Amino acid sequence: MVPLDYYLVLSAIIFVIGVTGVVIRRNIIVVLMSVELMLNAVNLTFIAFSRSLGSMDGQVIVFFVMTVAAAEAVVGLAIIISVFRHRQTLDPQEMQLLKW
Amino acid sequence: MILFFILAGLSIAFSLLVVFQRNVVHSALALVATLFLIAVLFLTLEATMVGILQILVYAGAIMVLFLFVIMLLHPGALEGRRTLWWTVGSVGGLLLLFEFVRLLVGSATPAAAPAPSSASFGSPEALAQSLFNDFVLPFEIASVLLLVAIIGAVVLAKREM
Repeated sequence: MVPLDYYLVLSAIIFVIGVTGVVIRRNIIVVLMSVELMLNAVNLTFIAFSRSLGSMDGQVIVFFVMTVAAAEAVVGLAIIISVFRHRQTLDPQEMQLLKW
Repeated sequence: MILFFILAGLSIAFSLLVVFQRNVVHSALALVATLFLIAVLFLTLEATMVGILQILVYAGAIMVLFLFVIMLLHPGALEGRRTLWWTVGSVGGLLLLFEFVRLLVGSATPAAAPAPSSASFGSPEALAQSLFNDFVLPFEIASVLLLVAIIGAVVLAKREM
């Protein structure tokens, strides 16, 4: 049996990699993929705690996180497509219509 | 234990590939590999149903969507190398990781003994029992959320109003 701490550290590492990706990348699709990475790291935490506490609740929450992640990916990619159609760019730095 | 370390090392390596790589398609493929490895980690944690859902929904549906969009837009040129900014971001990430590990290690207080694993733990039946008894309202709200996402995606991606 692997201790719970190991899973927490693993998911912290993956989460931080995702955060780094959101910060450093200039391609909006990769930024969205990094967000998926972060969501998966959190899912791993939920599953590890669910196993450790012997409760199914964590797994149900992961189910909902997957639902929200799917909705987020669909809407995010649709926004990317419609922005690309108007601006011909994937660089988040150039999407500044809402910037004040 | 050995299995965990192999899976952990591979998933960290692939998630690094997702971020520190300039070709978008390669990033997407590395992300598929990461999601697969995390699904296997779920299976080792006796979350059978969630692991299978992870492969079907994430590695299957969501990643196909990503690849479709990448190929539809074909970004072409590789992202420029901006070494300074990448270094600064990575150092910031390492600091965040240091803080996380310092907070996490030893702070978790799990049940005294590893929880007894009954045969049905993590099975579709157990998940459905929990989902349709305690979490009925969130389940219904999730269905509304998906409906809104479908409508939103269609409206956003339509060519002209």
